[in-house]
Amino acid sequence: MSVPMSLLAILDEGPSYGLRLKQEFERRTGGVWPLNVGQVYTSLDRLEREGLVRQLDGGIERQRPHEITPAGRRRLAEWYDRPIDRSPGRDQLVLKLVMAVGGANGDPAAVIQAERRGAVELLQQYTRLKRDGLEDDLGWAFLVDSLIFKTEARVRWLDACEARLTKARPFGSGTRAAAPTEGANEPVKITPPAEVLR
Amino acid sequence: MTPTLELSRVTKRFGGGHLEVDALTEVSMTVEPGELVAVMGPSGSGKTTLLSLAGGLDTPTEGTVTVEAVDLSTLGVRELARLRRRRIGYVFQQLNLIDGLTAAENVSLPLELDGVATSQARARAFEALERVEMTELADRFPEELSGGEQQRVAIARAVVGERILLLADEPTGALDSVTGEKVLRLLRGHCDRGGSGVLVTHDARFAAWADRVVFLRDGRIADETRSPEGPESLLSDAATR
Repeated sequence: MSVPMSLLAILDEGPSYGLRLKQEFERRTGGVWPLNVGQVYTSLDRLEREGLVRQLDGGIERQRPHEITPAGRRRLAEWYDRPIDRSPGRDQLVLKLVMAVGGANGDPAAVIQAERRGAVELLQQYTRLKRDGLEDDLGWAFLVDSLIFKTEARVRWLDACEARLTKARPFGSGTRAAAPTEGANEPVKITPPAEVLR
Repeated sequence: MTPTLELSRVTKRFGGGHLEVDALTEVSMTVEPGELVAVMGPSGSGKTTLLSLAGGLDTPTEGTVTVEAVDLSTLGVRELARLRRRRIGYVFQQLNLIDGLTAAENVSLPLELDGVATSQARARAFEALERVEMTELADRFPEELSGGEQQRVAIARAVVGERILLLADEPTGALDSVTGEKVLRLLRGHCDRGGSGVLVTHDARFAAWADRVVFLRDGRIADETRSPEGPESLLSDAATR
């Protein structure tokens, strides 16, 4: 629901149409979450069905401007006010580690290190975005920081898993050294849009 | 290009007999000019030992440590002390600024100890303080500065004059997240101007400012990051979803 709500937030500042909305969304998110214009139309249709926006006269078909309705304003205010739903979903990485530690053939230490390296490499990329970005662009800084903190949390969790593992199975007792090999230990890809496009 | 720092199969052993412990085992790594390398690992993994050896504060049991092509084991006590003063800067979590000296005096001190005339040392100190945006507070004493400001002074002292190799041990330890980031921007800036740095940290968010991250486990290098792709890869990744 994040994309439609973001579009609603933009429409709250004045009527606009599909392509313009797409451009404004991408401007505010620094291009990290590109939208295709089809997604914008789908979202607008959905918002319209729910009575949160309505089409105005003028413009040809897809360039017809939309404006936010009073119901849309109320929904937007609720969106800003209420903490977002954080019920835990199934996490591929958690499953991978749970499986590795619970089975006879898994090597959780190697999985942890491969994932940690992957997460740190991702952090390096995000940090580069931050280095290259403008320090005074607050929206951009908020966004990149959110990606950085999420990835950092993943590293901390991996550190904690490793500490538990070392305590339970002291070093050298059957865990092979974390080898940067291809394939089985490839880190789970953390992709930026997962949060927003869910 | 000559690496600024090179550790070659370095082992550091403490104690003897059945109490013998290897703090580091056959660690090899190089840091090139312009490069910032982060060393990550849990407590007791050998991070601080590695930094002490790299800065000539301690000597390896086996292997060699080379700074700008000079094998530190070939230097006498005085030569080593001179190399440390002139070419190597240290930043610690504990700031180690001298209370009775102003920010500017703290920064110029290593140069003055090295025999540089006071006026020239002060001018260099001012340049270093300029890089960390602290010239306006140059006349303040450490107790009159915030933690973040003190750390910036410590960084200015670490890069003053011709110091090329910057060794930082948890430099963001006591700082909040935004101030910590400022410190990392300064370390990064030192390397972007052609200096070199080794950053020891357990915090992935700060390690990510480095060009390369080395993972230390039980005194050995267990893994390191591969050369990161540019940020563009994040964008194309998102676009294909």
